[in-house]
Amino acid sequence: MKTIQFVIFLLVISLSGIAQEAKNTIPSVTIRTLDGKQINTSELNNDGKPFIISFWATYCKPCVREFTSLMDVYDDWQEETGVKIFAISVDDARTSNNVPAFVSGKGWEFDFYLDTNGDFKRAMNVNLIPHTFIVNGKGEVVWQHTSFAEGGELEMLEVIKGLIEE
Amino acid sequence: MNKLKFTITCIFACSFSFIINAQINIPGEIRGDFQADFQIYQTDSVIGAPDVPEKFLMNSYLNLVYMKGNFSAGVRYEAYYNALLGYDPRYKGNGIASRWASYKHKDFEITAGNFYEQFGSGILLRSYEDRNLGMDNSIDGVRINYSPYKGIFLKGIAGYHRYFFDKGQGIIRGADAEIHVNSLREKWEEKDLKVILGGSFVSKYQQDKDPIYVLPENVGALAGRLTMVYKKINLFGEYAYKINDPSAVNRQIYKEGQAFFLNASYATKGFSVLAAVKRIDNMNFRSDRNATGNVLQINYLPSLTKPHAYALTGYYPYASQPNGEMAIMGQIAYKIPKKTLIGGDYGADLNVNFSRVHDIQRLAINDTISIGQSGTLGYSSPFTAIGDELFFQDVNLGFGRRMNKNLRLNLEYVYIIYNTDVIEGHEGGMVHAHVGVVDMSLRLKNKHAIRWEIQHLFTDQDKGNWIMGLVEYTIAPKWSFGVQDIFNYGNSDAGKRIHFYLASVAYTHNSSRLAINYGKQREGIVCVGGVCRSVPASNGLSVSITTNF
Repeated sequence: MKTIQFVIFLLVISLSGIAQEAKNTIPSVTIRTLDGKQINTSELNNDGKPFIISFWATYCKPCVREFTSLMDVYDDWQEETGVKIFAISVDDARTSNNVPAFVSGKGWEFDFYLDTNGDFKRAMNVNLIPHTFIVNGKGEVVWQHTSFAEGGELEMLEVIKGLIEE
Repeated sequence: MNKLKFTITCIFACSFSFIINAQINIPGEIRGDFQADFQIYQTDSVIGAPDVPEKFLMNSYLNLVYMKGNFSAGVRYEAYYNALLGYDPRYKGNGIASRWASYKHKDFEITAGNFYEQFGSGILLRSYEDRNLGMDNSIDGVRINYSPYKGIFLKGIAGYHRYFFDKGQGIIRGADAEIHVNSLREKWEEKDLKVILGGSFVSKYQQDKDPIYVLPENVGALAGRLTMVYKKINLFGEYAYKINDPSAVNRQIYKEGQAFFLNASYATKGFSVLAAVKRIDNMNFRSDRNATGNVLQINYLPSLTKPHAYALTGYYPYASQPNGEMAIMGQIAYKIPKKTLIGGDYGADLNVNFSRVHDIQRLAINDTISIGQSGTLGYSSPFTAIGDELFFQDVNLGFGRRMNKNLRLNLEYVYIIYNTDVIEGHEGGMVHAHVGVVDMSLRLKNKHAIRWEIQHLFTDQDKGNWIMGLVEYTIAPKWSFGVQDIFNYGNSDAGKRIHFYLASVAYTHNSSRLAINYGKQREGIVCVGGVCRSVPASNGLSVSITTNF
């Protein structure tokens, strides 16, 4: 049994050699809108313009700092680049019911989704939150970053501007 | 002989994939992530850090996922040499912790191998992973998802729990249905009132080998749920019922189990209010009736209290009591507008939260049977009656404001009542703790920033008062440097008035992160949801590496 497991493992490892050079796309997983509707993550898009996918939770202080900083500049960014932010909460059943109230109380205006059992988080191989991805107009992940420090949003803007110019 | 077989198979496997590599261009994506945490331990009798014979301990995880069109497959390798202190020592050695394959076609999806699943809010079934807690109860079996009609979603599962590098004894079977009423008719789609109905059934099978009791080998449980959204009002409720299931956790009583949860909120831009109630009665549900601790749990009973993120506000965390509790929570969040006295130029956040948890009321069934007596129905409990014993209470206030373009201020005050006897399961009495936090950050030039925290915990019980200071300097997006000291200056035992110094450096490059900590860590409890893990005191160097690709 152990041998079989090990062989599968070897196979997968060596198969990784044939993974395309192409950039990763968004996997197809079910998440929910704040009113409970199920949507497929492969449908996330911004009409051919770049967008941000950011994993967060209500109890994660750096995530809240990141969103507070992003909210301060979001209107300007949208005007300048047309970028959209999809905020994916990984709050589990303990706090997921609090997400609509929490984001309203903060006055945040991103597109919020719930990933209550972490299916999308796992599919995107996210270890720690906050974890932010920038996706180009073709739906390819072109940049990602884990953790947040004040000023971290400035690099995101540079990446997005670069994509717009391409 | 076995060795020879093994070598031949390996050679075969490697050459097979090499041929594929060389000749066939299979399109697809491989992605993965890796995490390694290790720590070098020093014995420290003053803080109670135990002697670690290995001196060096490590946990590591590798996930690989292959995706091609509708097909995906994955494998996880885990290695513990040996498990870090505070993790279950049964995580030992290395192996393939999970492997799975999944195929999706239109409205149909089938998964074979290990999977994570949640029915409703999880009070009947939730399998999930949380590495911080050393928690992984993935189910190894088969899952089918099917949507026969727009707005109707069906799930069926069967399998065994993961149990370290093995499987649990009990078989878990379950089905779930969810109906999105508004999706059934096109003209209902745009209605202001949105309704979602759900129902699930879960059953476990475990052989009865008990020498004393006749135990149910099949234990079934049912749940129903409702989500209603009307404009800015959001309502969610779920009720679950389980037949009698004598177990190690409920001390072998034959009582049925119940859980009820109701959450209502109103949210508009800049203001929200939330109220929730919860009742749990004998709802421990595991695939092995003899299991205790964070293993083989079928359901998930989250605590209805605010999770605190600061070191001292989170010092007394609450953990759900599966044998019985009644909880309420209320919360108001308000964004104080710009250009007001308190709001200043940028507006301010105000948050008030209250939660209180009691025992359920337990009444003796008759004069001869004492409450909770093994081998009996245990007790009776009126559904709406609240027990006298207080388990936990938390009143907290939060205030956040940007003072000027570069300076941010966050203030928090928390008052906690913590029933040590119930929550930690040993005598310690009722702890009343007041905690205050000042957290400020200042942006300097060129993505440089400095952040500092001062926290104070005041209590006459347990270990007395604590004070904490932290300074963190960051250069976004790559560098972070921090020093902190947590000082137990109020300990009644003068010899235990200890400083817990900790220095940390973290370097992040895109999605890879290297974090190094050196210093002393207090013993404490890490909790996520209703699940907790005790972390022993330690002194030494710890390193954490995470990356994905």
